[in-house]
Amino acid sequence: MKRILVNALLWAFAGLAVFPLVWMVCVSLMPAGSASSLPPPLLPHEPTFAHYRALLGDGGLKRAFVNSLGLAIASTLISVSFNTLAGYSFAKLRFRHRERVFGLLIAALVIPGQVAMLPLFLMLKGMGLVNTWAGVLIPSMAGIFGIFLVRQYARGVPDELIEAARIDGAGEWRIFWSIVLPTLKPVLVTLAVFAFLGSWNDFMWPLIVLTDGEMHTLPVALAALSREHVQDSELMMAGAVITVLPVLLLFVALQRYYMQGLLMGSVK
Amino acid sequence: MKHSGRESLAAWAFAAPALVVIALFFGVPVFAGLALSLTDFDIYALADLRNLRWQGLDNYIHVLSLPLFWKALGNTIYFVVLGVPLSIGVSLAAAVLLQSKLVRFKPLLRTALFAPVVTTLVAVAVIWRYLFHVKYGLVNYTLQSFGIDPVDWLGDPHWSMPTIILFAAWKNFGGNMIIFIAALQAVPHDLYEAAKLDGARSWSQFRYITLPGIGPTLLMVAILTTAGYFQLFAEPYVMTQGGPLQSTVSVLYLMYEEGFKWWNLGLASAVAFVLFLIIVAVSKGLIVMQKRLTGVEA
Repeated sequence: MKRILVNALLWAFAGLAVFPLVWMVCVSLMPAGSASSLPPPLLPHEPTFAHYRALLGDGGLKRAFVNSLGLAIASTLISVSFNTLAGYSFAKLRFRHRERVFGLLIAALVIPGQVAMLPLFLMLKGMGLVNTWAGVLIPSMAGIFGIFLVRQYARGVPDELIEAARIDGAGEWRIFWSIVLPTLKPVLVTLAVFAFLGSWNDFMWPLIVLTDGEMHTLPVALAALSREHVQDSELMMAGAVITVLPVLLLFVALQRYYMQGLLMGSVK
Repeated sequence: MKHSGRESLAAWAFAAPALVVIALFFGVPVFAGLALSLTDFDIYALADLRNLRWQGLDNYIHVLSLPLFWKALGNTIYFVVLGVPLSIGVSLAAAVLLQSKLVRFKPLLRTALFAPVVTTLVAVAVIWRYLFHVKYGLVNYTLQSFGIDPVDWLGDPHWSMPTIILFAAWKNFGGNMIIFIAALQAVPHDLYEAAKLDGARSWSQFRYITLPGIGPTLLMVAILTTAGYFQLFAEPYVMTQGGPLQSTVSVLYLMYEEGFKWWNLGLASAVAFVLFLIIVAVSKGLIVMQKRLTGVEA
């Protein structure tokens, strides 16, 4: 009895969680206008890819898709490199003021990013970086949380391994590249998934920095589109699928790493 | 210690790229923002910096005298006070259910429950707008079959914020759920065995073993979620544009409008810092509250 109740509750929960996503796909396949009828249809009677063709053709979301993908890849590569180097340094290399600098970083975690947003915009404007790729990338090039994650993981690397390499005369870069880095692989994947999802899903900063429609990322383009096409629910759903599907697939493929990162971040 | 000079040089070199980025593009702007909030930086100063004047705390006084600021703060607090307990409650319920030994297909269910977290907010906000459409939305259709009159979810100022709260809970609960699952696994199993021998029922087990066991995690989750929820912005931006009747204007939304729509960057910076102070104060308050509560129980 209890078994049935617990399972039923959980399936109902899970159903509610994924229903909007499934429904999104169904509506995106309906001919224009057919979702706006009563009773609201659940399944497309005559499935059509017309909205996808329209959106992925010229002038639709194709441009934004490419922009988002390029930015997400660039931001992932840069931030994973920077955070990994810094995280390893804070975990394993001895230098003066190490703990103090790290403490300062952790303290800065409580400051919400929005406090820096307005002055950063002015700074970038002064540097001529508003409406450029560099301008969007800059705040995501390194992150305190990412450094923290790598540091936690890198502390598990045995000191003897590094010392032995030093005695053998290996340089610090060699040690990092060929001895430490291979052991950090899991956390690198975690970091990469976080960075990619963060960049792909980011809304407020690209909205502010990218004023030119040609340079919009998917979320910004979709928000603009949804203000123009309030009535075209089927088209908008196709747009939502195009935006959500890549990150959803990435997550399903790499969810082990994602959830591990979530836990490492929460347990001190 | 022959290598220590080389080691510390390497250490700084390794940390430098990240530290420079953070210092230059986060540290400097935070202090610049504080300075900015003490000036009358607006569209005229944007055109010519000679139009810029110090004006001390005037922006803060101005912010605190703006009716729209209090409206936005009220809306944001409404969102936090209802949204945080709802989100955390759902997270905890899902985590407890998923922990049960009676459940099959756990990994599948966990993935399904977590999926909304990784979705793009703007895209799923679009979905919710159609689900809650007054005429053709599935929610009203379902309610109607139970004989409930249609509600104009996003068009009625009484319902717009509750709808956004529901949306936020749906979107976010999975993240905390994962954290709770880990915390639940760390609660000593023999405590439950002992409680069962004493004849404790599910609810009292939850109340006297599970809750105290995950107390510290609960506090951390509450602080992080509250801080995050105070930064409400994209949901109203996409779903309601702050409306109807400004019922979904949040503090951050106000900052965005003042800063990037009207270019009152001095005033907008003051709004950002007031929000920051509120978040710090509320976080401290939660920590104090937790200490009192556990102090009494222990």
